[in-house]
Amino acid sequence: MSSSIERSIPAGSNRRTFLQRVALTGVALGPGGAFLASCATGGGDDDDDEAEEAPSADVSEDNPLGVPEDQPLEIYIFDGGFGDEYATEIHQPIFSERWPNIQIDHHAAVDIAGELQARFVAGDPPDFINNSGDGQMDPGQLISDGLLYDLSELFDAPSWDDPNVTVRDTLLPGAIEAGTRNGTPYVLNYAFTVFGLWYNKTLMDENGWPVPTTWQEMMDVCADIAATGIAPWVYQGVTAPRYMNWPLLSMAAKLAGPEVLVAIDNLEPGAWGHEAVRESAAAILSLRENNYFLPGVEGMEFRDAQGQWARGAAVFCPSGSWIENEEADAIAENPTFELAVMPDPLLSPDSVMPLETIRATAGEPYIVPADAANPRAAMEYMRAMLSLEGARGFSEMVTSLTSVAGAAEGVTIEAPGLASAQAALQAAGDNVINWFYPSWYGEMENPGIDQATGALLRAEITVDEWVERCEGVATEVREDDSIDKQTRES
Amino acid sequence: MRHGKYPFILAFLLPPVGIYAIYMLSPYIQALYISMTDWSGLSASQTFIGFDNYVEMWHDDQLRTALRNNAILVLVVPILTLMLGLFFASMLNVGGRRRGAAVTGVRGSSIYQVVYFFPLVVSAPIIGIVFSYVFAPENAGGILNRMLGAVGLDSLQRLWLAEQSMLIWIVVVVMTWSFVGFYVVLFSAAMQSIPKDIYEAALLDGANRFTTFRKVTVPLVWDTVQVGWVYMAIQAMDAFATVHIMLGINGGVEGAGDVLGVMMYREAFASNDFGYAAAIGVLMLVLTMAVAMLFMRGLKRERVELA
Repeated sequence: MSSSIERSIPAGSNRRTFLQRVALTGVALGPGGAFLASCATGGGDDDDDEAEEAPSADVSEDNPLGVPEDQPLEIYIFDGGFGDEYATEIHQPIFSERWPNIQIDHHAAVDIAGELQARFVAGDPPDFINNSGDGQMDPGQLISDGLLYDLSELFDAPSWDDPNVTVRDTLLPGAIEAGTRNGTPYVLNYAFTVFGLWYNKTLMDENGWPVPTTWQEMMDVCADIAATGIAPWVYQGVTAPRYMNWPLLSMAAKLAGPEVLVAIDNLEPGAWGHEAVRESAAAILSLRENNYFLPGVEGMEFRDAQGQWARGAAVFCPSGSWIENEEADAIAENPTFELAVMPDPLLSPDSVMPLETIRATAGEPYIVPADAANPRAAMEYMRAMLSLEGARGFSEMVTSLTSVAGAAEGVTIEAPGLASAQAALQAAGDNVINWFYPSWYGEMENPGIDQATGALLRAEITVDEWVERCEGVATEVREDDSIDKQTRES
Repeated sequence: MRHGKYPFILAFLLPPVGIYAIYMLSPYIQALYISMTDWSGLSASQTFIGFDNYVEMWHDDQLRTALRNNAILVLVVPILTLMLGLFFASMLNVGGRRRGAAVTGVRGSSIYQVVYFFPLVVSAPIIGIVFSYVFAPENAGGILNRMLGAVGLDSLQRLWLAEQSMLIWIVVVVMTWSFVGFYVVLFSAAMQSIPKDIYEAALLDGANRFTTFRKVTVPLVWDTVQVGWVYMAIQAMDAFATVHIMLGINGGVEGAGDVLGVMMYREAFASNDFGYAAAIGVLMLVLTMAVAMLFMRGLKRERVELA
């Protein structure tokens, strides 16, 4: 905010900081709107009813969403890990075949918020957005500001391939819920991510180490691994200790049932102090106490830590099924390296949920803004994405599962990690768990729980102190009236 | 021409003043207004909430940490940088003793001059990334720990970026390193304008290098030091790029390395609380101006007359 001062100093000004300041101060305000405060941030009065005015055609069997046939469709795809070719080469041809007169205006963007925030403020967003990446716009905030289009019609519409089955019924369990707030679906989560412990299968096979199924077996295997001078575990270091919450909460849920997670998501007092959560946290802490983490991992960037793991310096790493793609460079260095995912081990033989229970969730969000000029065509585009052909093409092209049930069947997945993730998902059946507090209350997870778990992993605090800190973080969210609260039943 | 003078001046003055008002002044006014709203930054609507954001700031522990860190940066970085800058510049320009020329730089000064300037050519994000590898653990490519190990100082090895108490001092080191070069060049220019006979006179009077530095060099470049000092303080109030890249958006472990700039960015873009972010921005503006004025006043000193 000191840009004018800097500019008046003759000693040469730092253009970078100056521009950063301008970007921060003037944020999304265009030159026209920048004249007066009231002009810039005002305009609340043009919170019009464009959604209702959006063009539509008659609803028919061929056109269940009432898509106007001649209006253009503006699309923004996040150009990140998945690239944007899956959109231009798979989904858009499928869409255009049925709607040849709809002109698709395709954009790829790396920083979604950077490009679109101003357009949201101005009430002129594009029709369809892949809201992902570092520059993701907070979906919770978008929803509570009333900026997203209700996707109920899409999920109730007949599916692209079979008019007798609704789109809703073609999706994997939990796929719609992940994008639902207060009973209304606002976000289509298209990719499907499997979480678990990723391990170096090559090393395990070579040394004859068994894949542990209980925590006791895990400790035994860790002792064997450590004896050879290899580190048993890594986690995502100084960047993201929260990844360790994933095995922690999964193991707690397996021990005492998914209600543990429901209580945490619903911000119930004492949820983090549940006996199963404590036991699980103690198990995680024992990894530190036995020196089973890669030396120095608590001071590493997450890519460095994962890179060490992929290069064989450690065996276990908590992550999601994107890790195979993320560490592709390191993996490619060693042709014998093979990775696989295992469900988190059981803390006790008489756990409530079976070993095969796995955390999986639909991710990679796609949204239609409430102010979109052509929301019906945008939903139709989503319907095309959710066709079997669209989902299969996506899986083959970017090696990721999708939320479409059965779409990956018959697709040969050559990536060993993803193949193991698919197998784990099939083995889990209905025993798929997930928790929502990180997406509902972003700051509760990061920095809140993240920093508490970081301290636990450095053994700076005890399990009791960790529980206390997590409870404190949850209480803060619970008592903050400015945060929209969510609840779930199961 | 007399009659047409004012319209003539106005015609030339209005456009730049107008542009200045729109692009420089109005953002400040807007920031002030936004800081009194609960604007999320995504929608067109916001509610006026008066001074609530400022009250919240008063009770915010993280803001205290950030303020403390900014205070450390503002006090330590300029002192270190200016001291090093003055020392290196005087070594390069007047530190040497050679036959035939009483006043000259140390041997190889033309090379050093270029080397000192390197950091300024490299952009701030690259400096941040490079230094995060200087301070990384040894098995992740950490240069510092490896060097300490190589010279037998294993006991000094640490996980620098994992220790709360270290974070802000790492930032101090990195910022100082990246700033010194510029001040060496700035002070060199100032020193080269000092007449050589003054040094020769001092030499004839038997003054040693330190006395010459203290009694001749520093007083004669003091104006430049003053400008440099204020400018440094303003740069140190920022520290955004260094902290954000080296320590991450939360200001490192337990937020211990947080600074106001990063906090403002986080509130705006991670927490979608542009109102609070703007309030932090206003605080930064006030603090920066206060620091600039304090330093300008505090460093005032009699001008040295050469004639």
